[in-house]
Amino acid sequence: MTVPKRIGKISFGLISPQEFRRMSVVKIITADTYDDDGFPIEMGLMDPRLGVIDPGLRCRSCGGRPGECPGHFGHIDLIAPVIHVGFAKLIRKILRGICRECSRLMLLDGEKRMYIDQIETLVRLGQTTDDIVNKVFAEARKHKVCPYCSAPQQEIKFERPLAYVEDGHKLTASDIRDRFEKIPDEDVKVMGMNPDTARPEWMLLTVLPVPPVTMRPSITLESGQRSEDDLTHKLVDIIRINQRFQENREAGAPQLIIEDLWELLQYHITTFLDNTVSGVPPARHRSGRPLKTLSQRLKGKEGRFRGSLSGKRVNFSARTVISPDPNLSINEVGVPLEIAMELSVPLVVSPRNIEVMRDFVRRGSDKHPGVNYITRADGRRVKVTERNAEEVAEQLEPGWRIDRQLMDGDIVLFNRQPSLHRMSIMSHRVIVMPHKTFRLNPAVCPPYNADFDGDEMNLHVPQTEEARAEAEILMRVQENILSPRFGGPIIGGIHDYVTGNFLLTHGERRINRLEVMDVLKKLHHIEIPEPAGWDEAGAPYWTGKQIFSLILPKGLNLEFKASFCKNCDSCKRDGCDDDAYVAIRDGEIICGTIDAAAVGAFKGKITDRVIKEYGPTVGAGFIDGMTQMAIRGIMLAGFSFGIDDEDIPKEAGDQIEDVLNAARENVRKLIDAYKAGELEPLPGRTLDETLEMRIMQTLGKARDNTGSIAGRYLGIDNSGVVMAVSGARGSMLNLTQMAACVGQQSVRGERIRRGYEGRTLPHFRRGDLGAEAHGFVHSSYKEGLNPTEFFFHAIGGREGLVDTAIRTSQSGYLQRRLINALQDLEVQYDGTVKETRGIIVQFSYGEDGVDASKRDYASPENVHRIVQRVLRKEGA
Amino acid sequence: MKKFALQDHGLVPAHILLTVEESDEVLQSYGVDSAHLPKIRVSDPVVKEIGGKVGDVVKIIRNSSTSGESVFYRLVID
Repeated sequence: MTVPKRIGKISFGLISPQEFRRMSVVKIITADTYDDDGFPIEMGLMDPRLGVIDPGLRCRSCGGRPGECPGHFGHIDLIAPVIHVGFAKLIRKILRGICRECSRLMLLDGEKRMYIDQIETLVRLGQTTDDIVNKVFAEARKHKVCPYCSAPQQEIKFERPLAYVEDGHKLTASDIRDRFEKIPDEDVKVMGMNPDTARPEWMLLTVLPVPPVTMRPSITLESGQRSEDDLTHKLVDIIRINQRFQENREAGAPQLIIEDLWELLQYHITTFLDNTVSGVPPARHRSGRPLKTLSQRLKGKEGRFRGSLSGKRVNFSARTVISPDPNLSINEVGVPLEIAMELSVPLVVSPRNIEVMRDFVRRGSDKHPGVNYITRADGRRVKVTERNAEEVAEQLEPGWRIDRQLMDGDIVLFNRQPSLHRMSIMSHRVIVMPHKTFRLNPAVCPPYNADFDGDEMNLHVPQTEEARAEAEILMRVQENILSPRFGGPIIGGIHDYVTGNFLLTHGERRINRLEVMDVLKKLHHIEIPEPAGWDEAGAPYWTGKQIFSLILPKGLNLEFKASFCKNCDSCKRDGCDDDAYVAIRDGEIICGTIDAAAVGAFKGKITDRVIKEYGPTVGAGFIDGMTQMAIRGIMLAGFSFGIDDEDIPKEAGDQIEDVLNAARENVRKLIDAYKAGELEPLPGRTLDETLEMRIMQTLGKARDNTGSIAGRYLGIDNSGVVMAVSGARGSMLNLTQMAACVGQQSVRGERIRRGYEGRTLPHFRRGDLGAEAHGFVHSSYKEGLNPTEFFFHAIGGREGLVDTAIRTSQSGYLQRRLINALQDLEVQYDGTVKETRGIIVQFSYGEDGVDASKRDYASPENVHRIVQRVLRKEGA
Repeated sequence: MKKFALQDHGLVPAHILLTVEESDEVLQSYGVDSAHLPKIRVSDPVVKEIGGKVGDVVKIIRNSSTSGESVFYRLVID
């Protein structure tokens, strides 16, 4: 790839007054804009030489039409020099560093040479010279007497916003400019500036460039009145004051008036450049709104850089709230009818499709799926309305283009911010739906990190055939099920999907004919297998495992442990007591329960296997089938969770109380032993640390024990336990905290120690080391916390909140820097990674040239599988 | 002080100086100019040790967590 022009170097400098005049096409002398007839006044702020904005006119400088002519700068000759606010700090530094008489930098010749050498070295190495330059100014300032002319120096005070006071007298901009003019070029170099491109006196403006009209277009209001841009308003002020200044000076007005006008001119030019300088009241519009001047146009999020260049508004896009629809495929997105009628896809009329296209056009733009615009062969665009629809449809010819409204089956890009990885933008097929939200299958929430508490998402319609092809081949949801991050599925069952599958497949659940029909009613191409058996009444029944097997591809073989596997010392495999060992042979579940480890997002082992062996289409079909089945499964079983699901019998409560009392006693014993000096310190720990650790250990164990007591009484029938065990939501720890005991609250991994002197709260004695005094919460959430417990819990909870807040902002910034550095790298067809100039970064992508999402980890398990498959083939 | 070879250190990957023919072959196989290779300075201690000169290509064999061993080429620059 060749770059037409390569930028070798960019250098920044100051513009000299001569340069301003050279680039100016007109000197502006009058503050008026338009005359009574509405024509721009020559040498006024809207001089036709500054460029054109009115349609039909041509630029007097370049002859270009509006849009072609980029605009041309004019200039205002200022009566007296004015400080450029942006350089106020630098001007101060230079003033303090140079002699007030001879204007030479107050350093010895040898020092100057040394600093120049250092600066030149840094420039050659492409590094910043700020540190050296700051040192130069700091050193120069130390001289109380000029080393060259022996003139005594005065302290120069800087008074905000823009005054330099020397010995009680305010220095005028002219004084400063005079001093700066006398600085020798050699000394300018020591200050880190290049005297050819940046003389210090250029920081005081004597000529003000007038930006072209294209940069500050005036708008004609409906009333015919012209409304000028903020910049124009500001320029009017500047010219007016400049004129008055001149008149007064020529008339020999008193010094006081001259000074006032000078200060006013300074104020207007300052606010013209930057309207947010601290200490300067912002210039306001007549309505009281602060003016948006030059630096406001560039700065910040909505400024030119971040708002107009790095990111801008796009056409053919939509944004609205999202909501779930489990009946959609993961590849689909529900689009509100109102949005579908606004967005369009361009289609080219050909002899082969002209009749279909006519049908679309005939419908007009009010009936979906209609046509919003047509573009004739000559490029003329016509809006299709109810009135002209029929007529336009008849005129339709091959070669014309119609903008057809979005309809079912169109491919669109769907995105949720922050777009942190490539799965944040995926392409979906449109399903047009009533109501006002985008609908998506909850199974695709994990890659977008979306939920339905009011999240909004964006939708973009690709407008070219190439874009559509790329969206379909590379960006479809099904192509992104396997994450390139870890090679596993990122899309899969969440929440009720997992619970539903668990309820359906756990143990020997018997399902009668009617229920089977219900569970399978949303699935297609399903053949109901032989019943698993007949009940006492002679009615056939099926098992949940049988039903789930229907969506598994034939020939799938897989064995793994469910997420609630207890990791026994010796696995009983298919004889597992908890039904936690999943074995699938030839697409049939032999044993085991389907849970998060099988079909969940981020872990789903079955999803992973199916995609790797049968491809993404079968994989997407499997997830669709799984979600449909899970929803029916959970409805069949019925599922709810409420406050009384955390109830535990009285004897359980007594047992928990016993455990906690024992723990309290143990802690007391530990403290006694510590106080008696009988505690043995752990290796590498102090006695205090040992005590803390032992107490934490004891209390932690106590909490776990209460948890297992509660778990025993809650049992697998409990909804909370089902969710925790299946991996759908929550953990056993959460249940423990709700039902049994909240446990130790901690700050930075330690017991809570902060608060008053020697104690955490005034409720305790000084030096109390006991469990209660340092944040152990005996109560459960259900029982409720006592006031001290509540306070400790708030402390621990706050730490968590602060941590997440800090983590997200820090990791976001880190991510931004990383992406900025890596965004231009590209993997080439030969596997090398190159940046835009063609320089090789890696000789083989990731050093091994492997796409993590396409790779099947070479684990012994896989070797085993291959052997099995080969043996089976030979057997057959 | 005893002199020792940098390359004998376990954490210093193997640097091999390529002959002109070898480096041409490498460049040809990747279809790039030598300017497109990553760089290494002549003043680099290992380059000094193996006697690389400006314009030479050095082959570096590193241990890699993903592929076991990975081969890099670097152009010696001033």
